[in-house]
Order: sequence, then C-alpha cells, then structure tokens
Amino acid sequence: MSDLLKSYRFREERQADWQRLDLILTKAENGGVKNLSDEQMLALPRLYRQAVSSLSVARSISLDQNVINYLESLCTRSYFFVYGARTTLGERMMMFLRQDWPAAVRQSLWPTLLAAFFFFGGWALAFFLCLQDMEWFWTFHGQNFFDGRNPDATVEYLRSTIYIDEGDIGDGQLTAFSSFLFNNNAQIALFAFALGFAFGIPTAWLLVYNGVMIGSMYAVFWDKGLGYEFTGWLMIHGVTELFAIVLAGAAGFVIGGAVAFPGGRTRLASARVAGQKAATMAMGCVVMLIIAAILEGFGRQLINSDVVRYIVAGSTLVFWLVYFYVPRKAPDA
Amino acid sequence: MTATPPLKPVDTTRRPGLSMEAAVQRRARMAEEMRVSKMVRRLVTPEGAAIQLRLASASERAGAFMIDIAIQWAIVIATGLGLSFIIGALNPGSANVAFAVWLVFFFFVRNFYYIFFEIGQRAATPGKRILGLRVAARDGGRLTANSVLARNFIREIEIGLPFQFAMMGGDQVGAWMGLFGLIWSGIFLLFPIFNKDKMRVGDLIAGTWVIKAPRATLMQDITSAAARPETNSRFAFTPAQTEAYSIHELHVLEDVLRQSTPEIKAQVASRIRTKITWTRTEGETDLEFLEAYYAALRRRLEQRILLGDRKTDKYDVR
Repeated sequence: MSDLLKSYRFREERQADWQRLDLILTKAENGGVKNLSDEQMLALPRLYRQAVSSLSVARSISLDQNVINYLESLCTRSYFFVYGARTTLGERMMMFLRQDWPAAVRQSLWPTLLAAFFFFGGWALAFFLCLQDMEWFWTFHGQNFFDGRNPDATVEYLRSTIYIDEGDIGDGQLTAFSSFLFNNNAQIALFAFALGFAFGIPTAWLLVYNGVMIGSMYAVFWDKGLGYEFTGWLMIHGVTELFAIVLAGAAGFVIGGAVAFPGGRTRLASARVAGQKAATMAMGCVVMLIIAAILEGFGRQLINSDVVRYIVAGSTLVFWLVYFYVPRKAPDA
Repeated sequence: MTATPPLKPVDTTRRPGLSMEAAVQRRARMAEEMRVSKMVRRLVTPEGAAIQLRLASASERAGAFMIDIAIQWAIVIATGLGLSFIIGALNPGSANVAFAVWLVFFFFVRNFYYIFFEIGQRAATPGKRILGLRVAARDGGRLTANSVLARNFIREIEIGLPFQFAMMGGDQVGAWMGLFGLIWSGIFLLFPIFNKDKMRVGDLIAGTWVIKAPRATLMQDITSAAARPETNSRFAFTPAQTEAYSIHELHVLEDVLRQSTPEIKAQVASRIRTKITWTRTEGETDLEFLEAYYAALRRRLEQRILLGDRKTDKYDVR
C-alpha cells in the first residue's frame, strides 16, 4: 500500500473525523444546539480545528478538487457554527426588552427631539392654518376625501365618531379597522426608518406629512368645540402610537446622520454602528404599535368616559418615559 | 519508483503550439478565473487559518429573493383562503375579525419572514438555502440579531419604494412624479450591482454580506480505484507521458470522471491516448484508462507541487 498517493493517504487518515464533524454540524443546523449530546459538544472544537488545519495542508499538497471543496465548505460551516451566536430567541427577546431597546432610545435623545419637532411642527402648522381658514383642510386632504370627518360635518356626527354606542360593540368592524391602522402605521414606521438612509430628508418629510394630517383633523374637531373630547379619543392610544412614529423617525435620523456625517469612522463603519442602534429602535416601534392597536381596538371601544381616557393616556405616557429614560443599573455581566 | 526525472521537459519542440483557438479559449478561461477571484474574500479565523468566502452574485440574490417572495405569497394566500373557509363554515358574522387577524398576519409575514429565518442557526431564508447562500457579518464576527433586523427593515426602501412609485400614476403630473421617484428609488434597488461586495443598502447598514456556503459531499478518491495492483501494473506511464498535462487539465479530467456520460469519457480517453501516444492494450476500458492516467498525472503533479512548481495549464512553460 506504500504506493498510494501522499494526498490520498492524508485523506484516508482524516476523513472519518471530517465526516463526523459534518454529521454533528448537520444535526446542529437542523435542530439547534440542544440536539447534540455532551460528547458531540466536546468533540466539536477539536474536530473543527482539525478540519481547518486539514484544509491548509490539503491546499498545499492535494490536487483533488473534491476534497478541497469539501473541506472549504466544511470549515466555513463549522466556523459559523463555532463562532456563531449562541443565544436562544427567548433570551434575545428578554435582552431586547430589558436592555437594548431602552438603551438605544436613550442614546438617541437628540434625533428623537428633532423627529418630534418635525412631527409636531407639521401638526401645529396645519392646526393653526385650518383654524384661520378651513379651506386649508381641503388643500391637505384633497377634494375627494371619503371620511365624513370634515369641516362640513355636524357636531352630532363628529361626536358620534368619538363615542361608541353599546350596540356597536362586537360587530368586529372596529377591530378590523384598528388592525388596518396598525398595518398602515407599522409600515409607515418602518418606512421612516428605512428612508433615513437618504440622509434623513424623506423621513423629515414623512413626519411633517403625518403631523399635518392629524393637525388638520384636530382643527376640525376643535373648531366645533370638541377639542377636549377629541383629545381623549385620540390620546388613549395616540400617546403610544405617536411616540412610536416619532421614535421611528428618530431611528431614520440616526442612520441619516451616520451616513451624512460619519465623523472619525469610515462611512461604512459609521453606518453599521448606527444601523444596529436604529434597527433596535424600529423593532421597538413595531412593539409599541402593537400595544397601541390593542389600546385602540379594545380600550377605546370599551371606555367611553373622557376622564378614564385621559387617565389611560397619562399613565401610558408616564410608563414610556420611565421605561425609556430613567437610567437603570446595567445587568450583571 | 525510479529516480525523479528532470523537472522540466527539455524538448521544447514537442511543446504544443498555441493555436489561435486555444489561445482564445485560454484567455477566456483566465478572464473567468479573474472574475471569480474578484468575488472571493479571505477570512482568517482566530486559529490563523484562511477560509475563502465566495460572495453571492447579484443574480443569485435576486433568484433567492424571487423564491422567498413566492413562498411569502403562498403563505399569505393559503392562510387567507383557509381563514375564509373556516369563517364561512363556522360563523359568517365574524368576517371582520378574521380580516383583522389576516391583516396583522400579512404584516408579520411581509416583514418578519426574513428575520425569523436569518436569526436562526443557518442564517438563511428558504430561498437562500435552496441556492446555497447565507448571511454573514462582514467583519467575520457574529451575526447579531440587530444586524438581521437592520438589513431586513431597510428592504422597505429597496423594494417597497420603487414598487410604490411604479404604481403611482393618474394624471400627468403624478406620472412624472412617479417616474422621477422610480429613478431615484431605483438607486436603492440596484445598489448591489454597483459595489464590489454586492451589498444591498440593508447589508451596508447592517454590516453584513451574503456569501455562498453550499453543502459539498465528500466523494470517493478516484485514485483509490486505480490503486489496485492489477491495474497498477497494466498502466505504466512513462515520465514523458505524465508531463503532457497540468493542473487545469487534471481538474477537467476529474470533472469528466465524476460527472460525465460514457460517450464523453470515450472521447476524452481517445484524445488523451493520441496526445500521449498510448496504444490501447487488450481488454482495456476507457474508464480504467482514464482513472489510471488521472492517478499517474496527479501523482506527478503533486510531486512537482511539493518541490514548489505549480504548472497551472499545459501552455504554462517554465
């Protein structure tokens, strides 16, 4: 047997270990780490190092393409497994809720204020313009605006949109509507985040636009003397929802700022660091919008008292502010 | 083994002349190798070994995306149909609630399908898995969940935005706005084509790229078949005969032996026989001849590699 090729003998001696590693990896990739026995777990690092060194040797002595391709693929797979993330999804979510999300929001205070400025600036602009001259409402919303909540509506009609009669509950129409709104809002939030890449300019526009939409609607109700009631109706979920939209805009500005003004880093590195932070915020916005949709779908239909609505709105605001901005001890590492 | 013959064939007159056709083919092959090597990135592991990562091309990524979109639509439509069927059978009154559930479900499939799969151990959506691709962190470190979120939320401007502008129309002004927007947002969509790492905007923001990580299987070593003593004695090639080809031809021969039809094998065998002036012996099959020649050639070339002499193809004269 001494007449065998050196590269063939090399392979013969090691291929059992390679295949063993292959088997462990396949098992781990299919069902996660918990599928592996202790013995396999212990063998993995040794087999991995062996495969990597086999690859280096094979590259320099063997001309068998199949062996080299196999080892390349095996080493790549095992590298990603050995050095890959080891946290479970549950742990990851807890980490997100307890630490990552509030930290990301806390670190982006200035972008948040900027986003709030654009959003509420648009709101105030539309509100005061409409109060002066209701024609502005049609300019903002277009002439063929379907919703009955416009300057021509009666006070009674407007009041009826704010409070729900007992009989209406349960036909599910509002549930469908609030889920539609969630869909819409969440998509806008993700949009505001993604558009940040274009230096944040479209994000600013999106915030102003949404502010104008709500501000002009607000003016209609205010004009008819329903300002107090409408605020309660809007804010019971609006505190959460609008906060989420502002934070999504802030996430967009974080990215836009990092791409436009990378500072000491390269533009790529700066975008990467900002992207991680902003993505955490955008994910948080989705969570907030889910909560807002629940408040909207159930809270608003079941609670018809203005005072209770204001209490709910106030407590959600306090909750979010405490959750995001009160400094907390870093968890023991 | 006899004593090692001189390293190079001295007889340069027998060197195959570089015909026009061969030269063109060789140049094309080298251009192709160049193109492939541009897509290779070296990753040095903490153990100090280099792993070669091959970046996925833009077309492969597009292909994987198409598959994923098809799967997403299949999920959404199937759930929609299933839900409406159940509602119709049980309680027609709650159609609104069912619609609400379906809408939320639609949102999650649209945005979290990619995230769900890429956060997992394989870091690849089903579409990527089918094409043997996976997502990896650009610095070779861990692929964090935040990166996965970032690269997928950005998809909104790469796909969603151009789509919305394309749907925009109506009056003349709207159509022009739509066209302008389409061109603007097209920059995001076509971003992967214009950078050497084939990153899309999401990859850029997330610090990731998409690499090829196909599963390879370990096949039989061809030389193991030729190592049997009786074949060994029948095929005794002279050193000159094993000098006829080089690494590239050896690899082609390996491909022929591993995956081609008997007809092609027969053609290749006859060409090699002519080239090395081998007379066919009694009862010799093409497969046996090719395997034996492969073994002899590889032995010869591997010896030369050990002496630091890599001859890449038969035109490589050193």
